[in-house]
Amino acid sequence: MGTYIVRRLLQMIPVVIGATFIIFVMVFALPGDPLAGKCGERPCPAAYVQKFTEEHNLNDPVPIRYVKYMGAIAKGDFGTTYQGQKVSDELLRRYPITVRLSVIAIVFELVLGVVAGVLAGIRRGKFIDNLVLVSTLVIIAIPTFVIGSVSQTLFGIKLGWVKPTVSSAATWSELMLPGMVLGAISLAYVARLTRTNLVENLRADYVRTAIAKGLTRRRTIGLHTLRNSLIPVVTFVGADFGALLGGAIITERIFNIQGVGGYIVRGITAHDGVAVVGAVTILVLVYLFMNLIVDLLYGVLDPRISHD
Amino acid sequence: MTDNVRTVVETTEKEPADKDVPRSLFSDAWRELKHRPMFWISLGMILFFVVMAAVPSLFTRGDPTEAILKLGSTPPSSSQWFGRDLQGYDIYTRTIYGARASILVGVFATLLTSAIGVVIGVIAAFYGGILDTIMMRITDIFFAIPFLLGGILFMSSFPNTKDSTYFAVVGKVVLVLSILGWPSIARLMRGSVLQVKPNDYVQAARALGASPWRVIRSHILPNAWAPVIVVSMINLGAFISAEASLSFLGIGLTYPAISWGVAISDALTYIRTAPWMLLFPSLFLSLAVLAFIMLGDVIRDAFDPKTR
Repeated sequence: MGTYIVRRLLQMIPVVIGATFIIFVMVFALPGDPLAGKCGERPCPAAYVQKFTEEHNLNDPVPIRYVKYMGAIAKGDFGTTYQGQKVSDELLRRYPITVRLSVIAIVFELVLGVVAGVLAGIRRGKFIDNLVLVSTLVIIAIPTFVIGSVSQTLFGIKLGWVKPTVSSAATWSELMLPGMVLGAISLAYVARLTRTNLVENLRADYVRTAIAKGLTRRRTIGLHTLRNSLIPVVTFVGADFGALLGGAIITERIFNIQGVGGYIVRGITAHDGVAVVGAVTILVLVYLFMNLIVDLLYGVLDPRISHD
Repeated sequence: MTDNVRTVVETTEKEPADKDVPRSLFSDAWRELKHRPMFWISLGMILFFVVMAAVPSLFTRGDPTEAILKLGSTPPSSSQWFGRDLQGYDIYTRTIYGARASILVGVFATLLTSAIGVVIGVIAAFYGGILDTIMMRITDIFFAIPFLLGGILFMSSFPNTKDSTYFAVVGKVVLVLSILGWPSIARLMRGSVLQVKPNDYVQAARALGASPWRVIRSHILPNAWAPVIVVSMINLGAFISAEASLSFLGIGLTYPAISWGVAISDALTYIRTAPWMLLFPSLFLSLAVLAFIMLGDVIRDAFDPKTR
């Protein structure tokens, strides 16, 4: 187990370097001059240009800039944006909001998805099974931004049940609707995954034994079958949490949420490379660590899988 | 006498011949598929959209670039079934002509991701060793870049201009979806080839001196690409949806391409005053996505007897 973790952590190093380098190169290759418009209508004074260029290492070739930049990040210094804000301050303010949003999405998809999947699985071929299968397909087929915008208009404006946009405080209650929108597609996948695994496991020998022993249906399904069927679901949700922490760009945009996704998009449109690369580096790290945890969890849940 | 026996044997063999002849994975799947109504329904829908993409003039006599400003935002009526948008474009005509861009993006992104993924997956699994390690680390790097984020970065690095041709606009979206989409196919293909490689017939072919290319082409590929076909089919739907998401963020397809994604994102601005603008393009988009996902689902069931 210990050696497995160390090996995985070592494997992560080239991935982090590679992914951040690609992002770094692309961000700093974005067309546009960071100094444009910085000093109003007139061009910036030469002294300021020189100071600005030196501060952001703009004269160095890209690989050297990358090394300098990552060296600073390793020391915990995420740098300052071209506007002079500290990236770490912004990230500390925005990350809790994105985490709250993702937690709501995960809880929503896990609870509803498993319930729907179990209902469909134990009544295979019946009405409820077909209902779940068809409705999940429909959810998957409609793009998130359509679901988001329509539910915003319907529940936020027409019916007035919730506030249509999220304030900068982004409380749990404000994030309810956006969280559900964010989790909607994964909800469909969780339901289908639960159903498929449950159906498969219900035909397993140990289930027949449990029934033959005279266990009640509730106990057979609830205790024996469900526990085994949920292993792939847990790993899916774990990986999804890692993806959601970085992928809420569309939902954050629709509901005007001050999260990390919006920060990165704003950084790209403002050609503010420092902000983008800092935030993305964290995203990639979070994503990789979530995947590592999921793989470890897999071994815990299913003792047949060994990491030695 | 002997002759007599032979004819008897032949006739008894002829009747169940259908069952005794060894069938390939694909003919096996085909026998299963042709009895599934879901297969024919989704195939019919796909055919419908492909014809719409190829010859839109079959469905409408209107001109998609004809804007009658006087008739701007006419709601649906008996003469204009889908209504007109703010600029006075006929929504029915625009929706029919929009199929082409979406289908083109979906089909070419799928072909390109499959091509890259299959080549990398097969080489990594077949040769193993250091080549496998390097290729899989590169795959990990691209896998770790969040999909939408990478898309936004790429599209802002190479923005469309007013003079961009149709080919360039569509090609760029295909390219970005492919660059970010191939890692999952590569991993899938690698896993699949690793399963096939230790089989006796592969070992036998190698022992007989078959070249690596021949072993891969006639022994490994036919037995390893079923999962890739299924996932590609589902991905095709996902790519159509992803194109729409990029267009929603304002960086996917742009003028001169007419697409469902562009139409939907335009319509979202006027969702409260002209909801019909949203309904028809998103309905068509969702149906197209649905058709490909359904086809993938049905084919997977046919290939994988466990889910039956």
